[in-house]
Amino acid sequence: MSTITKDGVSSPTPAKASPAKPRRGVRGSPTFNFWLFTGPFLIGLAVFVYLPILWSLYLSFFEARFTVTPSTFIGFDNYVTMLTDEDFMGSLVTFTVFAVFIVPTTWAASLGLALMVNRLRFMRAFFRSVFFLPTAVSYVAASLVWKMSIFSGVRFGMMNTFLSLFGIDNTAWLASPDPPWYWLVILTVRLWLQAGFYMILFIAALQNIPQEMYEAAAIDGAKPGWQTFWHITLPQLRATSTAVILLLLVAAYQAFDEFFNLLHKTTWGRPPLVELYYKALGESQDYGAGSAGALILTVLICLVTLLQGKFLGFGRGEESK
Amino acid sequence: MTTTTTPPADRVDTSAKPRRVRTGSVLGSTGLYVATGVAALLFLIPFYLIVRNALMTDPEITGEEWKWFPTDIQWGNISEPFDDTSVDFARSLWNSAVVGVLHTVGTLLVCSLAGYGLARIPFKHANKVFYAVLGTLMVPTAVTFVPSFVLVSSLGWIDTYRGLIIPGLFSGFTCFLFRQYFLGFPKELEEAARVDGLGYMGAYWRVVVPNSLNFFAAMATITFISGWNSFLWPLVIGQDPSAWTVQVALSNYMTGQTVNFHLIFMATAISILPLVFVFLFLQRWLVQGIAQTGIKG
Repeated sequence: MSTITKDGVSSPTPAKASPAKPRRGVRGSPTFNFWLFTGPFLIGLAVFVYLPILWSLYLSFFEARFTVTPSTFIGFDNYVTMLTDEDFMGSLVTFTVFAVFIVPTTWAASLGLALMVNRLRFMRAFFRSVFFLPTAVSYVAASLVWKMSIFSGVRFGMMNTFLSLFGIDNTAWLASPDPPWYWLVILTVRLWLQAGFYMILFIAALQNIPQEMYEAAAIDGAKPGWQTFWHITLPQLRATSTAVILLLLVAAYQAFDEFFNLLHKTTWGRPPLVELYYKALGESQDYGAGSAGALILTVLICLVTLLQGKFLGFGRGEESK
Repeated sequence: MTTTTTPPADRVDTSAKPRRVRTGSVLGSTGLYVATGVAALLFLIPFYLIVRNALMTDPEITGEEWKWFPTDIQWGNISEPFDDTSVDFARSLWNSAVVGVLHTVGTLLVCSLAGYGLARIPFKHANKVFYAVLGTLMVPTAVTFVPSFVLVSSLGWIDTYRGLIIPGLFSGFTCFLFRQYFLGFPKELEEAARVDGLGYMGAYWRVVVPNSLNFFAAMATITFISGWNSFLWPLVIGQDPSAWTVQVALSNYMTGQTVNFHLIFMATAISILPLVFVFLFLQRWLVQGIAQTGIKG
């Protein structure tokens, strides 16, 4: 950037600087200030993000049960263990099923809500608040309502009460993997919690579509409604949609809270993070295998992110400097 | 909802109004309101259920017949989570408040400084540093919880505020959002301050921060909400009940031996209440802030 040379040139003649505040020299240099501003963050990042990843890499090659100071080098055994572990591989399948359902439904629901709210003429702020409000609720609290009031497997649960009006027997929503009704519970709780947040992103993007495009389309004879939506709105939302899908995928990878609380102690419906939690912090406390699993997962996330970036582009992309 | 009618929030709203006049037949507009209203009701039902259950007796909650309203509102239930001896609910609320506030203050301080440095201070290798920060976004913090736990436990930070707060301060995402924001901050203001003899730090604290309070408020709200609601890390770190946050306490009610419905739902209602207030008061900044973060298209 050009400011470097500007400062460099001006430093010998501090014409305008007040004498009381000598800001030239080391303290005024951009390099010193750069590290002053970013230093605390970078040190923290190194200690609490990079160091754990490296430590994890190290641990993953050792036998490390009940200890974090391993002694026996076992090469790739932990990786083999995890990749042949039915539960861990099953958790990847669970994640895939989860992502396949939750990403498109949240995308569609948040876009639908944004379109609806954006068309309202009165009480727009009220409805936006209502849809946005669940963002304030934790997964733990929401899981609790879903498990104990809406989808409780007994007759007084809201859903079972409602279905009994149609003569449908009580359903044990979470108690068995077959039929997999627990997916309905898991998906609706997350949909409720996150749709409002992504709705805001879509509303912001909808407001940015130039009005002239709709006017031009009207002159060209496009009917308002489906045609303008398909040919103008949707293409104009492309960048936001991509960003939303990326965020949804990352959020789905991190799924833990609702699975842990809704399906506590069950053996089905465990996404990778829950599986790793039990593996590393459960009875066996196998940090080596847990680390190997975490690294496998990280590599998978990077791959998916890169693939998505390749096919869809990374949203708006970085401003070039 | 009164706050939402103030000008900043409406700024987002008004721009699209003219186009709607054209399409709005009375029938279509009624249908739109009915659909939106039904969706809104569905979104509000869980909130209602929390309040309903919190103010009912257990036999009424679990009775044969579904009741939308309590026959006799049990105001006495409000104190029950605090009287209950199995979980120290008041302590968990206090822990959450301490963690939430310090987490927010610390994250904003550390991440905003770094975001500013990356966006504005000319340094040869700034881009490389920025990519090192971006790289951490590819590795979600939740995936690193096993090694982070190992690190924190070897530091002896289990069951401490330090362990609950410090590892969460260095959010690559928050730093990234601040950088995006500062890239769009008008340069002229800082340059005037620098010409007047302020160093980078001086210009930052006296000019940049005071002129960015809206964005800081939005980020504070988002950070506080995510801090208050976080579960996995407090679950891992808070092993002793005295170090539980409110989310861990709630989870423990749910997975515990006895089920005491009205107590659980009252505790849930109390845990949500502070956030709903924060949310409704600050939501105009929140909406603006999210729209400003640079995620939009």
